[in-house]
Amino acid sequence: MKLPADLKYTASHEWIRTETDGTLSVGITDHAQEALGDMVFIELPQVGRVVAAEEAVGVVESVKAASDIYAPVAGEVVAINTALTEAPEQVNADAYAHWLYKLKPAAAADTGTLLDASAYAKLVGDA
Amino acid sequence: MLRQTPLNALHRASGAKMVDFGGWDMPLSYGSQIEEHHAVRRDAGMFDVSHMLAVDLAGTSARAFLRYALANNVDKLAQPGRALYSCLLNPAGGVLDDLIAYFLREDAFRIVVNAATADKDLAWLTALSVQRSAPLALTPRRDLAMIAVQGPNARDKLWQALPGSQAASAELKPFAAAEFSDYFIARTGYTGEDGFEIMLPQTRASALWNALVAVGVRPCGLGARDTLRLEAGMNLYGQDMTEADNPLESGLGWTVDLSSPRDFVGKAALAGAPVARRLVGLQLQGKVGVLRSHQKVLTAQGAGEVTSGTFSPTLSQSIALARVPGAVAAGDTVEVEIRDKRHAARVVKPPFVRNGKVLVS
Repeated sequence: MKLPADLKYTASHEWIRTETDGTLSVGITDHAQEALGDMVFIELPQVGRVVAAEEAVGVVESVKAASDIYAPVAGEVVAINTALTEAPEQVNADAYAHWLYKLKPAAAADTGTLLDASAYAKLVGDA
Repeated sequence: MLRQTPLNALHRASGAKMVDFGGWDMPLSYGSQIEEHHAVRRDAGMFDVSHMLAVDLAGTSARAFLRYALANNVDKLAQPGRALYSCLLNPAGGVLDDLIAYFLREDAFRIVVNAATADKDLAWLTALSVQRSAPLALTPRRDLAMIAVQGPNARDKLWQALPGSQAASAELKPFAAAEFSDYFIARTGYTGEDGFEIMLPQTRASALWNALVAVGVRPCGLGARDTLRLEAGMNLYGQDMTEADNPLESGLGWTVDLSSPRDFVGKAALAGAPVARRLVGLQLQGKVGVLRSHQKVLTAQGAGEVTSGTFSPTLSQSIALARVPGAVAAGDTVEVEIRDKRHAARVVKPPFVRNGKVLVS
């Protein structure tokens, strides 16, 4: 299982990368894509939507199952990856190369609660 | 403790993702289930189906017993080797299981039943044979493994992998079987493609599996098996029909013989039953999600329910089987609730795909 050390993670299997402009790119982890299998449908939030931490903001569906995706922290959705909704299988090829949406964290948002790679590895039993 | 087939170690060694399927530890996929699906539609794939149970029926009354026990008529089996798909019904006309019956000799038939229902079926058939005073030996064949080799090139590949098998099986028509050494080779399947289902001693299962891999047959898991059978419009027992459903409301009227004077378990109940619902195919319109079992279907004639839904790799679209009011017809547009939103789906007559060809528009 791939687990880049420079990313943060959630218990709900999202990865988070802090971009230079302060926005957060959010994707799903390699563990999540592996568990779900062949991805066939992705539903992303509307740009401009204001979301709370741990709020369900979208859905990924594989042949096998549907799974919600969540906001890691409170904020506003500022971009969505529409190329991915056209070809969801790209997530299976490399889960970390494809962000699903970008979030501008709210002023009070606390990224300190996010997991680092080793904590996430422990969570999924790969430590 | 999950039950294991004789191929379990091979599945695990090849990195298969394993799942609990009706109490059996079975491969879901070996990588991409969509690629496995395409391999079967375009070339050849194979499935370990050793969890299914063959039951041999021996005795001079075997045919008479099955004539009464099965909803389809075993008298359609005139030549040894011929096979018949049938429902096993309870007296209320509900479906206990679906199975394939093979006519071997006048005093020997073989049925193959689903894994999760095998114990229940065996108990039911044993009780029925006692009730009918049929002098009959029912022998569950847990000593046999089963491998399904499916796809346009499946038969050729089996002949390459199993020397001598071609002479025994080249002339087999669909739904016919032949014995070759201690292999039982049937031209049947659950994918909508040509191919064989092979029953063989457990001790030979790994050798045949490896020989098939060596000639380019791709191992496929239950994930691909489900998308293939759904495209082919084939029911899955426990999902598309249960004891609560009769075959006439499950798209299986063609397998029930109500016209001959023959009596069979469930006949009286079916003869008087109103057929209020039917099983239809659905094609979801647009990229709005995936149809799944238990989603609600809304039609002009009333509500229905998706019984099996998936993403069809061949159509690149979500498809389903759904039980709807009987007046709903092919060509109608209905709505399906996915995550509290309603989406349009087109009603079609299954199958969606057979022998590599798309049959719906």
